Amino acid sequence: MKNESKMAAVTVPATNKPGPLMSGANILLECLVREGVDVIFGYPGGVTLPFYDALYDHPIRHVLVRHEQNAAFAAQGYVRSTGKTGVCCATSGPGATNLVTGLVDAMMDSIPIVALTGQVTSSLIGSDAFQEADTFGITRSATKHNFMVKTLAELPQILHEAFYIAATGRPGPVLVDIPKDIFQAQGHYAPVTSIHLPGYKFYPDGHTGQIRRAAQLIWESGRPMVYAGGGIIHAGASAELRELVEIVDAPAVNTLMGLGALPGNHPNFISMPGMHGSYAANMGMYEADLLIALGVRFDDRVTGRLKAFAPHAKVIHVDIDPSEIGKNRTADIPVVGDVKRVLDKLNRFLLELKPTMGEARAADRAAWRKQIRTWKEEHPLEPTFSVDEIKPQHLMSEINRISNGEAIVCTDVGQHQMWAAQLIRYDKPRLWINSGGLGSMGFGLPSALGAQYANPDKLVFAIAGDGGFQMSIPELATLANYGLPVKIVVMNNGYLGMVRQWQELFYNNRLSQVTLDSFPDAEKLAGAYGFKGRTVERPEDLRAALEEAVAEPGPYLLNVRVSPFENVYPMVPAGGAINEMVLGPPKPVAVA
Amino acid sequence: MKQIISLLVEDKPGALMRITGVLSSRGYNIQNLTVAPTLDPALSRMTIVVDVESRLRAQVIKQMNKLINVLQATDLTDAPAVTRELLLLRVRTAMESRTAVLKEAEIFGARVVDSSVEGYAIEATGDSEKLDEFVAVMRSYGDIEVTRSGLTAVSLESKKLRLAPPVPRGGEAHDAAAQGLAAEEDDEEEGAIHGEALLRKRR
Repeated sequence: MKNESKMAAVTVPATNKPGPLMSGANILLECLVREGVDVIFGYPGGVTLPFYDALYDHPIRHVLVRHEQNAAFAAQGYVRSTGKTGVCCATSGPGATNLVTGLVDAMMDSIPIVALTGQVTSSLIGSDAFQEADTFGITRSATKHNFMVKTLAELPQILHEAFYIAATGRPGPVLVDIPKDIFQAQGHYAPVTSIHLPGYKFYPDGHTGQIRRAAQLIWESGRPMVYAGGGIIHAGASAELRELVEIVDAPAVNTLMGLGALPGNHPNFISMPGMHGSYAANMGMYEADLLIALGVRFDDRVTGRLKAFAPHAKVIHVDIDPSEIGKNRTADIPVVGDVKRVLDKLNRFLLELKPTMGEARAADRAAWRKQIRTWKEEHPLEPTFSVDEIKPQHLMSEINRISNGEAIVCTDVGQHQMWAAQLIRYDKPRLWINSGGLGSMGFGLPSALGAQYANPDKLVFAIAGDGGFQMSIPELATLANYGLPVKIVVMNNGYLGMVRQWQELFYNNRLSQVTLDSFPDAEKLAGAYGFKGRTVERPEDLRAALEEAVAEPGPYLLNVRVSPFENVYPMVPAGGAINEMVLGPPKPVAVA
Repeated sequence: MKQIISLLVEDKPGALMRITGVLSSRGYNIQNLTVAPTLDPALSRMTIVVDVESRLRAQVIKQMNKLINVLQATDLTDAPAVTRELLLLRVRTAMESRTAVLKEAEIFGARVVDSSVEGYAIEATGDSEKLDEFVAVMRSYGDIEVTRSGLTAVSLESKKLRLAPPVPRGGEAHDAAAQGLAAEEDDEEEGAIHGEALLRKRR
């Protein structure tokens, strides 16, 4: 896996001569350098003072965010856009507790970040010292693993183990809690040459026999459906996925976490399945006789009512995490492995078996592709337009036109997220960045900050609703501070739109606490931070406004007033079967 | 229904919290839990008895196996295994029934560990049902005070008999990868066991 080569590259000195005497803070920095860390997203505080002092003239860069939660989100933006492990840092107590949402978010979406937190001096731990919190206990379930450093001698070993755990197997966040006195203590850096984690197991290769059976099952299938998710992105298996789809000529859906795994313009790509998935994707999942599930976890937002999910299908389930297999849906062929390695083998078997098995069901598969095309044509995912107001779908289609499958799009959580997933095309992995599992509002802007930092030359959009945007306003300062030219597009409907949609549909339209009045003037707000912004309300002005934003060399805040009562469709009501989608708003009833 | 889980875990701070967290986060109440070092002082053996919904049992074991500090979590509920519990009991007895108490203790294979004018302190081991009966019998002689250790278990599946604690493959895989070696054969075997186990669970 990615980090192994990095660990292997750690050079072992020929002699055991200890290095120069260093402070714990400098030893920590040395470890980070050896892990290839180039930037830390963080916020200093009392107990991390010695660390920040060492950082003062150190080549590792530090991005000073304006809230610790956003340090974790920015680190995620960095990871999700590059595939590297991200690092965030916070002080003890409130700093650490502020990180927690970002850690759980990373946990849910399997994002490798290493969080460093300061802790009060060892002798004070447990005494309710100033800014003391039980970070180790609080983050136990928020991380893949966490460590508390007790002696300086164990710091390098723990640090390298933290990076190893974060990036290997099913990736995830790892936290290292470091008391102040460890930063201050003096010691020698001893290079770490091996990782000792006897309880840490993952099986990347996949069982060859199972994979061979999977290949046979695929050729025996007349209505196969590739169901690919975030695992493809994490494993860097896009090329292998594409190969599989093309060998079998099978239709494919990418989940919310997997958008971009297969190019959005690939002829076999349908779109996203699930609660707000397309008609063709959901019907395809429902009618398939074989699901080839790759790096997915049969999330409730995808499956709808489990008992009615893909009732005719056998399931091949490939995942690096054994606990995902059989969790929600029983797999006929379970394969525990890294999806890239498994697909590599699977594709070889498929090619091997093609001459003997490929033809048997070829006609059925051709008819199946035709059926999918028909579904696509019957109910396409198409933007709606109006001459009176900007439809949110219109906004997304304009962003799609500018992006043309190439821009990095970070979203917040809610209606705009679903429209951006439906209507913006992603031709490559790591372009689409959103909080899928946890659904954290306030994710969009800080993750765009991290993504832009890692990709200074790319066009990065931060799309947020007016609710989520107001949760991340502090980071406007960070954008201005570092001159990060993120294009912030606020899809402003004056409501917490997704909650409003549910209240409308399932709570008798009693709109309780979802109205967001008094949104700031975008031009003045951006101007207060020293960059440009404006509000656009007329549909005919939208295109020019977006182009102006993109042409601006610095950050830009575009507040787009959209129609307030637009709802996201198709929609599978919670607990519904995915083939029972509501395709659009109810038709007005004629009054006699 | 009661599930008996046997775990081999690293003796590290937080390990117990992580393991019990798998249960408490799902709202399960632990009935008893024992921990003690193994032959390898860096490792501990833990036995947990917990009431888990039957459809979630396999998932609980998988979640425990996923923990970095857990070398092996096994469900011993339906597996061949011996389970035992230690009981320490004080009984206050009148002079005339002291001999009878001793007789009863003998019947249950219990041992007197302290004697005073008030009565006895007795230790007994056995499976939980037997100890329940012993407690009931003793209670008929007078006031008692009971401390029980909770269940501890050893698996009897021959393939699982290991003189030294098993060294799983996580660490090795990394070492091999670091040296650029592929451990294909081993992986296949593991994969097979794994896949087969999954299939078995489904049936």
